[in-house]
This record gives sequence, C-alpha cells and structure tokens, in this order.
Amino acid sequence: MTLHARLVVTRPAFTLDIALDVRPGEVVALLGPNGAGKTTALRALAGLVPLSKGEIVLDGHALHTLAPEQRPIGMVFQDYLLFPHLSALDNVAFGPRCQGASKAEARRTAAALLERVGLAERAAARPRQLSGGQAQRVALARALAVRPDLLLLDEPLAALDAHTRLEVRSELRRHLADFGGATVLVTHDPLDAMVLADRLVVIENGAIVQQGAPAEVARHPRTDYVARLVGLNLYRGVADGPRVKVGELLISTSERLEGAAFVAFPPAAVALYRSRPDGSPRNLWQARIDGIERHGDNVRVHLDGPVTAFADITPAALADLDLTPGQTIWASVKATETHAYPA
Amino acid sequence: MGAVTEQNRTASARPPWMLVVPALAGLAFLVLPLAGLLVRAPWSTLPERLAEPYVLEALRLSLVTATVATAMSLLLGVPLAWLLARVEFPGRRLVRALVTVPLVLPPVVGGVALLLVLGRRGLVGQWLESAFGITLPFTTAGVIVAEAFVAMPFLVISVEGALRAADRRYEEAAATLGASRWTVFRRVTLPMVMPGVVAGAVLCWARALGEFGATITFAGNFPGTTRTMPLAVYLALETEPEAAIVLSLVLLTVSMIILAGLRDRWVSAP
Repeated sequence: MTLHARLVVTRPAFTLDIALDVRPGEVVALLGPNGAGKTTALRALAGLVPLSKGEIVLDGHALHTLAPEQRPIGMVFQDYLLFPHLSALDNVAFGPRCQGASKAEARRTAAALLERVGLAERAAARPRQLSGGQAQRVALARALAVRPDLLLLDEPLAALDAHTRLEVRSELRRHLADFGGATVLVTHDPLDAMVLADRLVVIENGAIVQQGAPAEVARHPRTDYVARLVGLNLYRGVADGPRVKVGELLISTSERLEGAAFVAFPPAAVALYRSRPDGSPRNLWQARIDGIERHGDNVRVHLDGPVTAFADITPAALADLDLTPGQTIWASVKATETHAYPA
Repeated sequence: MGAVTEQNRTASARPPWMLVVPALAGLAFLVLPLAGLLVRAPWSTLPERLAEPYVLEALRLSLVTATVATAMSLLLGVPLAWLLARVEFPGRRLVRALVTVPLVLPPVVGGVALLLVLGRRGLVGQWLESAFGITLPFTTAGVIVAEAFVAMPFLVISVEGALRAADRRYEEAAATLGASRWTVFRRVTLPMVMPGVVAGAVLCWARALGEFGATITFAGNFPGTTRTMPLAVYLALETEPEAAIVLSLVLLTVSMIILAGLRDRWVSAP
C-alpha cells in the first residue's frame, strides 16, 4: 500500500506541483499556510479535483484514471460532512452499503467501528445531536468503514475547541497508528502535524519547500513560514568558516560551514541592552523596536535593523529596560546559541 | 434618562404608515372575498347539497386527477430539475426559460397548444392513436395531462432551487465512500432536498386542483370524466349560484386542510 504520486493542478493564477511518496503505515502531514494548495492536493488524491498532469499510483495500480467512488480511499473532511438525515450508525454503514454489503452486515461493521472509537451508545444519534469531538470520531469511523488503502484527512482537528482538540488529537494518533495503509493529512497547525505525522511535507505556493521528520524540520527550518511555525529566527546568508554573512551583519556561529547557509536561533537567546555592552565577544547589533506584544508568559519584542528578529524577554526585563516602540537599542546573541546549517 | 431612551426606541420602531396602510388594504383585498364566501354560504341546506352525487363526483375527480398529475410531475420534474441544477450542457439557460413558459402562459393557450400536439389530429396525438389506440383529449387522462402541463413548472422551479442551495460537498463525501452518482442522488441528494421537493409538490398539487383554462380547452367539460371542481363551480354559477358557493367552499376547505397539514410538517418558514 505504497503511495506514489505526482500531483499537478493548474488553475488561473495558481499551480500546484508536488511529488508525494507514502509508505504503508506512514502518516504524512501536508503543512502550509492558507492557500498553499494543500487541500487541493488532498482533493486531487481523492479524485474530487482533476489532475492537469501527473499520476497517482497506489500499490502499482493507477488511481488517477478512476472516479472518486472507484478509488480505495477513505476521507475525513474538515467539517466532517456527516449526512444530516442519517443516524451516526447509518453514516458509518453508508460506505459498506455502497460496496455491496447487506444492510445487516453493513450495520454490524458500523457498530463495531463506532465501538472502536468509543461511540457505541451514540449510534442512533443524528449528526446535529453530536458534539464536535463525537462528530469527528464518527467521520473517522465512516472513512475507515470502507477499509481504505489510502486515508485522507483534511484539517481533522480544525473545527474543534482547544480542550476537545487535545483529547481528540491523542485519540486520532492512536487510530492512525493502528491503520495499516498510507495516510495523508492536511493541517496548518504545526502541533497537529508534529503529534500526528511521521513525516512533514511543507507546501508553500503550490510547491514543496521542505520535508522530513518533524524533529528535523523543527530544528532546521528552511523558510520563514516554517521558522515562524517552530518559533525560530531564521536567516539565509553566506558562510565563511565560523561566520555567516547575513546582509550587512556577520553572525558568529558554533558550526564551521562554507557557502550558502542558514542561521537560526530562538527568540529567547536574544539579549537586549539600552547601551552598548562591553566584554565577551558575541554577535551584537543595533536595532529599532518595531513592536512589543505578550507571548505566553514572556514579552516578544519585534526588532528592525540590519536583520529583523524576535526577542523574547521577561516582563521584569521589559520594565527594567523601559522599552518603547521606536526606541533604538542593542541586541546580542551568543555564538553557542546559534545554529548554522547548509542551505 | 431611561424613560427617554425607551421612548426614542419605540418611536423609531413604529412602522411607517406609507407601508402599513397599503399592507392592510392588501390583506383586506385577499381575505374579504373568502369571508364573503363564508357569509353567503347557504349553511342550512349545506349538508344535503354536499351529499348530491355530482358534487362528490366532481370532488373525487379533482382529487384523483390533481394527485396523479402531481405524481407525474414528480416523476418527470425532479429529474428535470436535477439536470438543470447539476449538469452543464449547452443551451441550459434556454431550457430553463422553456420550462418556465407554462408559468406565464395563459392556461387557455396551453390547452390549445396541447390540442395541437396531443389532439386526435395533433403531431403526437395522431401517432398515439394509431400506434397504441390512446386518445387523450376529452378524457380523464387528458385532464391529468392538462393539469400536469400547467402545474409541473412550479415543482421544477422549487426543486431546482433546493438543489442549487444544497451543499454539494455532501455529494463529494458520498462519492469518496464509493457511492455511484445514482446512489448519491437516491441516498444523499434527494433526502437532503426533500423539504424543497415537498414544498414544490404541494404548490404543484394546489395549482393542479384549481386548474381551469387548459382543462376545459383540452379535456372539455363532461360530467364524471372531465368535469373537475373548478369547472363545476363555473357551470353552477350560471344556473344555481348557491351550488357554486357550496362547491367553492368545498374546494377552499380541501386546499386549506392539505396546505395547513403539510405546512406544519414540511414547509415551515425558517
């Protein structure tokens, strides 16, 4: 049940062109900002959007020539799209019925799946009587009921409130781990992607900009979007030994590289001073404060200057330094807190 | 202070008389004729008049033909509405315009047109008679055809509107579950637009029940076979006005009962 796909969808003013390989049992998350084309990619896999070019091959069989109803897929939609006129049980039994199972047989399959997602006692409920988390689980059961080889999930947790999300996320992770086929899920939430997926594929403007294991992507972001997602300051520059030149600024790093390179450091590694500090050799530059906002328990200071950067400081430090937007200050980062890697 | 605000709010909430006066006049215009019917009804002789065989005969004929015409409209009109709402084909706008023509066409003209096509010497009627021995004009089947011709557009328009308003992503969801297009229609689309279908069927049935012009032109006015309630009312008015009032009351009551009953269940305003 290996998926091998190249998806090309051409629209006026937008082109999606990505290659995707998913091994049996693997969960791949398509991560990207709104409008990047990740939902289009998922709909193309399902056959709901025609391919302009490319192919979808699952286990050696071409899928892209088949109509959606003939593909061995199960899909969970963002707002679930449970049929409002059918009970939870009949929603789940819908797929098996379409595959030719008798009514009794389909209902048995459906009942077993509802049991598995912990909703046996809600079998008779109509979708509008279900909570968001319950509807999500019924939608998953409905998709699994057709015994798909390829499971597609479109923003499976986006419609849930924060508390339910936490609970459903870990549950979904368990069900995905039990599923033997290939899974592709779409999300714009890095946390969902990190928890649920074995591999991240980051899409921007219709193309893959980075992919890899979640931890690898989190440590080595390669675009501003990914850096923002994982909370790092990221710069692209040219390395010359222990230094990377980013625009006008030379950043000392702990790694030695040559040629095009990325430098990343966390906002918490940035120290701010009202006047030029002396002493230990470190990366130091003069910056203008662009904005100040709360960020969790800390304060995030937006810096403009030779490089734009975020600095996270404590509220106490903010008070001590008496910072205001527009002010010019000194910012520094220790070389040991930076991380450089080839671009 | 509070009192002043309250007063201001009430003043601004008062509807303008420029709208209220014509609205009330319109209401009176619609309700007074019905009230007149009730006032002038010969209540003392009502039971025996109702029991007269020609009344029951006309009523039965009207109910049967209107119901069969509605069934026929459902059978042909729902697929037509689906085609108009779901399938892109050249000339779709023209087809939709053609479907609505019977809505604006004077029913008498519709009756004439039906005679020209389905009459004994009509384009299709000739062939129907020679091939199957079927004659439609001046028969009960002709009444049904005339009623369906006039009433079906109401159903088509209503169902097409419901189909267009329905969320098509449910149909996509059904397709990903392996449902063929026919299964999608039968098990997802149709149940979801059912309120629109029922509302359309009620409109269609009511229009068929009251059909006069096309019926008298195409099917004639024969007691027992083609004389429906509206025809009987018209005929009675010339000879026996009180009977016309009784027949009208019956028609009014039947329509009200059916519409009210269905309205509560299906076509409740959002």
